Amino acid sequence: MRRLYQLALGVFLVFSASASFAVTPDEMLSDPKLEMRARTIAAQLRCLVCQNQSIDDSDASLARDLRVLVREKLNEGLSDAQVLDYIHARYGDFVLLRPPVKLGTFLLWASPALALIGGGGAVWWNLRRRRVALSVGATLTEEERRQLSALGAKGWSQDQSPSAD
Amino acid sequence: MIVELGHFALALALALALAQSIIPFIGARSNDVALMRVARPSAITQFLLVAFSYGALTYAHIVSDFSLVNVIENSHSMKPFIYKISGVWGNHEGSMLLWVLVLSFCGALVALFSATMSDKLRADALSVQGLISAAFLLFILLTSNPFARISPAPWEGRDLNPILQDPGLAIHPPLLYLGYVGFSIVFSFAAAALISGRIDAAWARVVRPWTLLAWIALTLGIAMGSYWAYYTLGWGGFWFWDPVENASLMPWLAGTALLHSAAVMEKREALKIWTLFLSILAFSLSLLGTFLVRSGVLTSVHSFASDPERGVFILAILIFFIGGALALFALRAGALPVGGLFAPISREGALVINNLLLSVICATVVIGTLYPLALEALTGEKISVGAPFFNGVLMPIALPLALLMPIGQMLPWKRGDLSAALTRLRVAFLIGVMALAVFFASYGAPYLSVITASIAIYLIVGGLSDLFQRITFRNSGPSAILMRLSHVPLSALGASIAHAGVGVTLLGLAATGWGVESVIAMAPLKAYEVGPYQLMIEEITPRQGPNYSEIYAQMSVQKQGVTLGRIEPAKRFYQTRKMARSEAGILTIGLGQIYAAVGESHPDGTLDARLYYKPLVTLIWIGALIMAFGGACSLADRRLRIGVARRSIALRGGEAAT
Repeated sequence: MRRLYQLALGVFLVFSASASFAVTPDEMLSDPKLEMRARTIAAQLRCLVCQNQSIDDSDASLARDLRVLVREKLNEGLSDAQVLDYIHARYGDFVLLRPPVKLGTFLLWASPALALIGGGGAVWWNLRRRRVALSVGATLTEEERRQLSALGAKGWSQDQSPSAD
Repeated sequence: MIVELGHFALALALALALAQSIIPFIGARSNDVALMRVARPSAITQFLLVAFSYGALTYAHIVSDFSLVNVIENSHSMKPFIYKISGVWGNHEGSMLLWVLVLSFCGALVALFSATMSDKLRADALSVQGLISAAFLLFILLTSNPFARISPAPWEGRDLNPILQDPGLAIHPPLLYLGYVGFSIVFSFAAAALISGRIDAAWARVVRPWTLLAWIALTLGIAMGSYWAYYTLGWGGFWFWDPVENASLMPWLAGTALLHSAAVMEKREALKIWTLFLSILAFSLSLLGTFLVRSGVLTSVHSFASDPERGVFILAILIFFIGGALALFALRAGALPVGGLFAPISREGALVINNLLLSVICATVVIGTLYPLALEALTGEKISVGAPFFNGVLMPIALPLALLMPIGQMLPWKRGDLSAALTRLRVAFLIGVMALAVFFASYGAPYLSVITASIAIYLIVGGLSDLFQRITFRNSGPSAILMRLSHVPLSALGASIAHAGVGVTLLGLAATGWGVESVIAMAPLKAYEVGPYQLMIEEITPRQGPNYSEIYAQMSVQKQGVTLGRIEPAKRFYQTRKMARSEAGILTIGLGQIYAAVGESHPDGTLDARLYYKPLVTLIWIGALIMAFGGACSLADRRLRIGVARRSIALRGGEAAT
């Protein structure tokens, strides 16, 4: 869908030219466990010359170089985090599809929580306002009050309104 | 000549759109019915003119008129006929023309199906609609003229990008645009309500069918695009959190929230201001999406800055309409009367939570999409916000939303009892927990898939529980059940079906975690295991298409020696553009699919291949179809039909008079 959109809407990109064929059999590692880790890491790294494509999905030659590099580093015995750090140090923040948490990205990472807190606060405030309106609308008459106290309800005073629930 | 007439029709349409935006508006202010009634014929004529213009461009593409720059750049005399038609919108100029065509089509629909609406509301709404048309017609004529000629004309065109030469493309953009632009009607009605300062349940009833229509089209459009990506891109991905995809998801999320808040407003006269805000937001996000995709700002902030003509124009349109609507909203919303009251635990309360969570998801998608652009523009720092971010951040919001959906359906209006609602859902909870056990026992990992799939099952059962309990009330025979089914309001039926559809999609998404993938160099006539199936290349053969050549591998799909079917994954080469494209081979088995894509062939006779077994994958799109069907049920509800809405307004008017 991404491609369709870009292209249908006229943003023609060079990289979309060739058939998509990302990881090829010859670059894969023989150890299936290690290969699995390589694939997981590759899915988190951006193909730098593509638009929002991971190196695992891209068939650009630079993406291939990075895939090979990831596998070399895994073969050297580095952990997943170490490989990611190594690539991050060489290519900068841009290569990480999950942006690092730092000053510049703080608002990005905080945005869902801020939206939830802000929106939730607004909802709570509004509901409370409604409830007050509801309870004002439900003020009892003098007669009902007397009947209520006759029935044994205690603590009702003139200036107290029953709450909505 | 036809081409010139098409160009001229477009200019006429602009003049008419301007008239449509000014004359009825003046009429509505001065209570001049004659002026107000200019709106209808001008909206219809404007559509006919744009349709003619669009037809002229299509004609030029069909007859391969290579004196048009647009045809040269996007067509080829040997291109299959269907792609000559769909290729019209496979480029910037043509797709903008389609945008305006759909926009004027929506305006004409309002004009045709508003016989029972008040003159003033129609005049104001169509005048806003006319203004939007005028802005985009001006954009096309000034910056993106599809009718530009060139001399001397070349003998042959450069062909359409191969990736767009696909039946999926023929359906996807028109559906998507109907969704995008359909929200413009809701926007226009919201603006009209703000201008006149009048808004009530009748307004919601007028607007809800349009919201539903746009939502259905957008749902189908997004699903179609996603399936297209799935079978075209060659590695079986279907959603990439790419800005252009997010551009379509943002109005969908806002539109989904709008559907729900409009329901509250229609039934209970509550959430009026919020509904108005969402009406403005849904189309604003459509405009934002158009800006993101059209302006080139996504490719690079710098390319936008160096060739800003189109981008700045759309940005101006964006600021004018969003800013104008929000200013109007700020001025008028405070003066609107507060609506019906409700307790926190009630259907309204549940729908407020729904709106809150959908808005948070929507805000996150918007911010995640715009953040890298803003950061680069402000500090020059480049970051990427991709799938790992969106999946990680949105999952904790989306899954609770899914858990809450059936509960909201079970709560009555005004004031509800949570424990009663939960009791009515006990079957759904039970089946959900059983599903959890079954999925865990049969798959184990990944946990996220197991949990998500169980929630999906709960959602399907829970979504349908309300319906089931309505029709099987007290043990009764099948005839009584059928009779009750026929009495269930279609909007309630639609809600149940659509919610179950969300569950179905969720199940398909969860099952992606259980797929099997194999990337190998395949030797012919040797069977390879993919999940429970065996794939074998029987033959590798070249083949010649109309404007491409391809090498395809005929593969058999077997299970324990029984051949289930054959697939033909291919690698195509388009001569004119010198571009290759892979054509996946897909065999649907039950609800799952075998998916194969082929790549390079080697001297030793082997062929690089990616083989997948994707269990339940079709549910992702089947769920979307079910959602759209639920929307269609709701749309068919007689209370929502426009004529009925009007009659009830008339009735209200009568009541008020007595």
